[in-house]
Amino acid sequence: MAGLKVSLVTGRTIDQGCSKESGKLSPEYMDYAATCELDPEDMKKLKVREGRNVKVTTKFGSVIVKVKKSRREPHPGVVFIPYGPWSNVIVDPKTHGTGMPSLKGIDAHIEPTKEEVLDLKSLLLKYYGGKSAEEG
Amino acid sequence: MPLISKVVCPVCGCCCDDIEVIVENNRIVDVRNACAMGASKFLNYSKHRLKKPLIRRGGELVETSLDEAIKRSAKILAEASYPILYGWSSTSCEAIRVGLELAEEVGGVIDNTSTTCHGPSILAIQDVGLPGCTLGQIRHRADLIIYWGSNPWSAHPRHIERYTALSEGRFQRSIWRRFLLRVYATSIRKKLQRALALAFRRRAPETEEARRGIPYTLTQEERKLIVVDVRRTRSAEIADYFIKVEPNRDYEVLQALRALIRDETLDVDEVAGVPVELLEEVADVMVGCKLGIIFFGVGLTMSDGKLRNIDAAISLTRDLNMYTKFLIMPMRGHFNVTGANVVFTWQTGYPYAVDFSHGYPYYNPGETSVIDILCRGESDAALVVASDPVATFPGEAVRNLVRNPLIVIDPHPSATSLMADVVIPSTFVGIEAEGTTYRMDHVPLPLKKVVEPPDGLLPDEEILKRILREVRRIKRGAG
Repeated sequence: MAGLKVSLVTGRTIDQGCSKESGKLSPEYMDYAATCELDPEDMKKLKVREGRNVKVTTKFGSVIVKVKKSRREPHPGVVFIPYGPWSNVIVDPKTHGTGMPSLKGIDAHIEPTKEEVLDLKSLLLKYYGGKSAEEG
Repeated sequence: MPLISKVVCPVCGCCCDDIEVIVENNRIVDVRNACAMGASKFLNYSKHRLKKPLIRRGGELVETSLDEAIKRSAKILAEASYPILYGWSSTSCEAIRVGLELAEEVGGVIDNTSTTCHGPSILAIQDVGLPGCTLGQIRHRADLIIYWGSNPWSAHPRHIERYTALSEGRFQRSIWRRFLLRVYATSIRKKLQRALALAFRRRAPETEEARRGIPYTLTQEERKLIVVDVRRTRSAEIADYFIKVEPNRDYEVLQALRALIRDETLDVDEVAGVPVELLEEVADVMVGCKLGIIFFGVGLTMSDGKLRNIDAAISLTRDLNMYTKFLIMPMRGHFNVTGANVVFTWQTGYPYAVDFSHGYPYYNPGETSVIDILCRGESDAALVVASDPVATFPGEAVRNLVRNPLIVIDPHPSATSLMADVVIPSTFVGIEAEGTTYRMDHVPLPLKKVVEPPDGLLPDEEILKRILREVRRIKRGAG
């Protein structure tokens, strides 16, 4: 399947900031956090439209998020996912001895997909397996 | 309708202290002066919240009594050999102080959210120092404001309006007129371009500022705003000038500027995607200002180079002080992350990542920082206070965090509380409980209680005190 090599940047957005205050389990939070801002040129190359899903893969994992057209182009080759559980399953945990993982400028591969974006509970279950009874 | 004024906003590091809250029947009905995030918190805080303590039984979280939740938490912490106590940036200094006592009692590692935020800044500051100031000075005197790797429009929405370019200072005027003119000019230009494109059926020539050189406003003797970032953020749109750096290459630009202000010439055409002529002009503006400040965000601390980026930024500031007055300040995220560093430091001597397992405070970020401990799989329990590491830590760290017993004290349900073994809901500090917070410039401010909390909910400080008492009882019983 057609894909694109990009640099992944994660960060704060005002919408994600506001929706986290009304509750991280709220659907609004998922709408804002489980997205990926793409340059319109990159969207053309990938043949995806706004609102479709893409799979973003790094060395550390992959996640499905919804495409959002960037309003501040051009930035070809740079994609942005807001901070949150979706972005964090694919960021670089290495701290290079500083305690600080690398959350910006991560090499990533992006491709269109038909898979669904997981909600928070399913995401936790898929990546972290939930808690089992013995441990409780 | 009672109006409570001078409320300190418990959201970001700006800690705006001019918020007005209107309360009716113990409910916040309106909030004035707050930014979108602040208003969202004051108006929506009670919509999704935890009201009863939860405990995991048979794989399911079930309601329980507060006493039982506290006993279970104390048992987990007292029995663990290397527990992590994490969070702290969204609670009061008073609660953090109890947390430190608890960490010492259980011989665990206590770390706050600056470990995944401005931890590298702290390391750099410990190496080279920090010429700092309060935000009031910037509001009144700064004529050159630089945001580097920071997007205040989204992360600290009132920072520009209250303290920097859009604020009306005693000696410096706001740039809002210029900003509005530019917005009009840009929109007219875009319309013209669109008309041209339609008329000639081709793309109109690019009018990107970067191609044409530095805008005239930067040569004027008035307050100026420069934004340096890897992507064009909302803040970049307000700026007089935006410098776009390639991801992970800020260090090169900082060092190039250091060379340029010492009048050295660079033998390259561009540094990290920025043409050298532009850097030369920016260096001139920096040297020519009366009082400049660099506000740096996590764009520098989270990219390659980490603390070395901050080191370079502070060194640049130090070099600039040979010519003019220049200052630098980190843009702290959570409302009390500065307070967490301050309280940690006065209690233990170290600002974050403090390990009590030896019986005395030991600090070595990279070894005693929570991400590293989790990635190495060393901890055997965790207490999380007012934070959501399951959502904010890299996947590998989260896997080890949720594998072991996890206690969460938080008013909100979150990804972390879903994965916890004990969840103790607390009151919202700054809304339902009083406390002290530190603004990003180290000014302590009192958080107010504006409404009564729901029955049975206690502040973080009180919950931690009860856990501490119970831990001591268990340890004394065993000894």
